[in-house]
Amino acid sequence: MNGQSAAKDLLRDWRTKLINPVLGKEFTLRMRTPRSMWALLFYLTAIGVLAFGFLYVFRIDYGIGSAAFDPDRSRIMFLFISLAQLGLIAFMTPGLTAGVVSGEREKQTLNLLLTTQQSSTSIILSKLVSSLGFMTLLVISTMPVFSIVFLYGGISPGQVGTVFVFYLFTMLAFGSFGVLFSTLMKRTMLSVITSYGLTLFLYGGTAFLYLILSLMIQSTMVAQPHAPGHYSWLGYLMGLNPAAALVSIFEPDVSRSVFRVAWSGQTAAEAPIELWQEYFIVYSALTVAAVLLSIRHIRPVLKKKRKKARN
Amino acid sequence: MTERNALQEENLRQADVAAGTDRLMVEIRGLTKRFGSFQALRSIDLTIRRGTVFGFIGPNGAGKSTTMAILATLIAPDDGIVRVDAIDVTEHPKEVRKRIGYMPDFFGVYDQFRTTEYLHFYGASCGIPRAEREALIPQLLELVNLSDKKDAYVDTLSRGMKQRLCLARCLVHDPELLILDEPASGLDPRARIEMREIMKELKAMGKTIIISSHILPELAEMVDEIGVIEQGRMIAQGSVAEIQHRLKAGRILELRLAGRADEAAVLLEGEPHVGRVMRDGELVRFQFAGGDEEQAELLVRLVGRGFRPIAFSEAQTNLEDVFLEMTNGIGGTEA
Repeated sequence: MNGQSAAKDLLRDWRTKLINPVLGKEFTLRMRTPRSMWALLFYLTAIGVLAFGFLYVFRIDYGIGSAAFDPDRSRIMFLFISLAQLGLIAFMTPGLTAGVVSGEREKQTLNLLLTTQQSSTSIILSKLVSSLGFMTLLVISTMPVFSIVFLYGGISPGQVGTVFVFYLFTMLAFGSFGVLFSTLMKRTMLSVITSYGLTLFLYGGTAFLYLILSLMIQSTMVAQPHAPGHYSWLGYLMGLNPAAALVSIFEPDVSRSVFRVAWSGQTAAEAPIELWQEYFIVYSALTVAAVLLSIRHIRPVLKKKRKKARN
Repeated sequence: MTERNALQEENLRQADVAAGTDRLMVEIRGLTKRFGSFQALRSIDLTIRRGTVFGFIGPNGAGKSTTMAILATLIAPDDGIVRVDAIDVTEHPKEVRKRIGYMPDFFGVYDQFRTTEYLHFYGASCGIPRAEREALIPQLLELVNLSDKKDAYVDTLSRGMKQRLCLARCLVHDPELLILDEPASGLDPRARIEMREIMKELKAMGKTIIISSHILPELAEMVDEIGVIEQGRMIAQGSVAEIQHRLKAGRILELRLAGRADEAAVLLEGEPHVGRVMRDGELVRFQFAGGDEEQAELLVRLVGRGFRPIAFSEAQTNLEDVFLEMTNGIGGTEA
């Protein structure tokens, strides 16, 4: 009996350590709103429509009743679903995180929370983790859709696992940006718009800039041969693009081709860095910076150098 | 807190005991705060002794809420010293938060929580173990008369109930100092009476309470001291009686007439020793700086002009009068 009680206490201790009050509150309140159910329904419907739509188009292409899928096509399908999911993550993450602090401020509950013993770190991390927890639930719930690719071969479970790790990292990074804007901006609307603006720039803007700048350089430079190994700095721009980084994990040639010397049309022998490596390094630094800034700014900076001595 | 900090804190406490300031729950010296070009607080000095119920009065925008938010560690002061229980709010905000219960003038609640869950959340956030909370929360709900609503969702509670729930939240970690910014605002008369009764209980429990309210007669019943703030300046602090005594030169007279109150008010405005004149139906109240002799002469002049007084006496000044007089610069006080 005593053993059972001790085990219960131990479990409760661990639960208390792992789930602090703010995290517990965020999980509870998030799952009590019908919005979460609708978000899950929307997400699964969207990914389902995209996956089955793709499958349908490919079946038509092959002819109804024709032989099984070609593994190469299965690979394309996997990339398509992976990128579609990445797009949905880009769409959902700012919406889930850009109001976590400003929303509390607007509801006038933030000041009450800030006068408790919860540290700024605990509040920010709990809010980030709870939002990402829900996003993770969404992503995991799409596993059955992803499993379709196994029916046709060409993809290993390890590759699917890698994609999910990439998703988690991307959610963490973009989630931390959303939390930062939510902390710095008083209005949720402004924070959401800024978060979506940044997301749009990093997904679409970087690719657009890369294309435009490549064309500009090509049109202004005289074609001249370059020794193998030369590469263009423009490739680094594409390392900031989540979609390019994801594709580069499965298609290593992508990194080399974006780092090609633009005006010669030559492909660099070796990319100075794989796109996904650059992506992880840059976004890790940005994530840490965003989280630290959020922690710093959620409460006023009270401590300052005294002008007068204590009297 | 590190051992060194604890030692320093203990040394400071001993210094406070030696200086005779150990009974102070709140000590504010030269507090200044500016928001952009707006000067919210101008070198405020304020001390509140342990166990005191302190009424903070002043018009909107005078600086009450800013002072309270600084005490609650929510706003950083630009200059000055602010201490709660001898602990500097800028140096050790976490220690200060252990000692305060803060109820802002406007606050929200988590509507999807049940009443007990709401209190459990704040209790846990203040570091109270679950076993203690299980025993404490029913007592708190009883104190604020919400025992019958323990399983209700917060969004089903009336405004008065939410105010009381927020008060229970303030008390969940048994703070020594309660900072209550307009706790009765927006409440109907019954809810205000309930809130006042709770305040009396808290006072009996020995809590130090800082309370601001626009409904001044409510404060008068429960406060030991008042502080009057206007345009970011503390213009008076002391017991209601002390402040009234300070204003004695500007006592208020009441004249009740059988008709022609309008004419009497106009006439009084031109009389010597008469200050501000206020009318309320047939009752005329006015500031009078003269003595008993001058008061008698004034009455004779009024009767001589055909006015028919029913009553002519010195009015019992209340907190509202004190507030109006002080914030209008009557009685030689700075406006």
